[in-house]
Amino acid sequence: MNVRSAMHFALGLVALAALALGGVPPAVAADTPDPVADAKAFRKFFTEKFPKVKLEDFVNGPYSMNEDMHRQWEEKEQFPPYEFSLDMGKEMFSKPFKNGKSYADCFPNQGIGIRQNYPYFDEKEGKVITLELALNRCREANGEPPFSYVKDEMAALTAYMAFTSRGKPFDIKIPNDPRALEAYQNGKRYFYTRRGQLNFSCATCHVQSPGERIRAEVLAPALGILNAMPIYRSEWSGMGTISRRFTTCNSQIRGVPLSPQDDEYRDLEYYLSYVSNGLPISGPGARP
Amino acid sequence: MSVIRSFIFSLISALLIAAATSALAASSEADFKAAYAAAEAANKEAGTLRNQWTVTAAAMAAAKKAAESGDFEKAVAQSKEAEALAKASIFQATDEKEAWKALEIK
Repeated sequence: MNVRSAMHFALGLVALAALALGGVPPAVAADTPDPVADAKAFRKFFTEKFPKVKLEDFVNGPYSMNEDMHRQWEEKEQFPPYEFSLDMGKEMFSKPFKNGKSYADCFPNQGIGIRQNYPYFDEKEGKVITLELALNRCREANGEPPFSYVKDEMAALTAYMAFTSRGKPFDIKIPNDPRALEAYQNGKRYFYTRRGQLNFSCATCHVQSPGERIRAEVLAPALGILNAMPIYRSEWSGMGTISRRFTTCNSQIRGVPLSPQDDEYRDLEYYLSYVSNGLPISGPGARP
Repeated sequence: MSVIRSFIFSLISALLIAAATSALAASSEADFKAAYAAAEAANKEAGTLRNQWTVTAAAMAAAKKAAESGDFEKAVAQSKEAEALAKASIFQATDEKEAWKALEIK
């Protein structure tokens, strides 16, 4: 090897070392959101924690965690408590607005069998659009007042739309838009952030303790937790929307809830739905 | 790790509240107004961090009620408790800006 070749070889080594050490700093790489890897790890965590639970059964929340409760649920499904809400939702959905139009005019496929695609990221608006939000926007666009996000009318409408999607797997997309990735990451952060005087995060109950009891309740796993929404809760003696679930969770840990459909909740729904991609819609559901 | 963090968090909250509610002398309406304003400011800051606590609001409401009935000693004590709670919620929100990552499924 002559001197010139030796120098080229040495320079090559230096360049390789620079590439290896001086590329993207590891800390930045570790912080870059990777939804595909997240969803894979999320599913792996729950399926390994509960090896006896079938993947599609996670959508049944606490009923998937306990055999006795599962049997109770099967019996309850013979005369489901959400049936009245479902009937009400179907009627509301098909009744035209005062201007003659209806909900079907606001949604793809006339609003039938589309629940699994919500929430989605609207690239025009740069924000997450949930089904509840889309329903109220539809009402307002047609001259109707919006419904409360936490009351029976919204629960009934979403119950009917979920019912028409039963069995269809969640299919949440994250478009190639940095704002969509940011919304996803914000939702993830919200999910894991401790809040309220009790210093709980969503994950404290639904990742660290699913299947355990908190007072009389059996905690549901986070995997598939939104697939059954909206739900009839015996504790509430009525139906509850996703908005109602989020705000109630916050107040239960002594945190002041945000307003329904604030960005944080929309992003949280986006994250939780995305990591449950592939699991079937089972709403409306019933819970203790 | 999260158990230690929770313990430290609880300890700080308890110390803040204990400090806030101890060593009370006879209080006047002016004392109440000053204590309430401090609680309000801290709770407002917690609001900008999107992390207010229901117990802070409850303590502030109790302070106002006590002041309305002329019990300024209680009103000051409740205001100071509200301020301490609000400060704990600010501490929590600030700490969680990075701490949430420790809970993440990877």
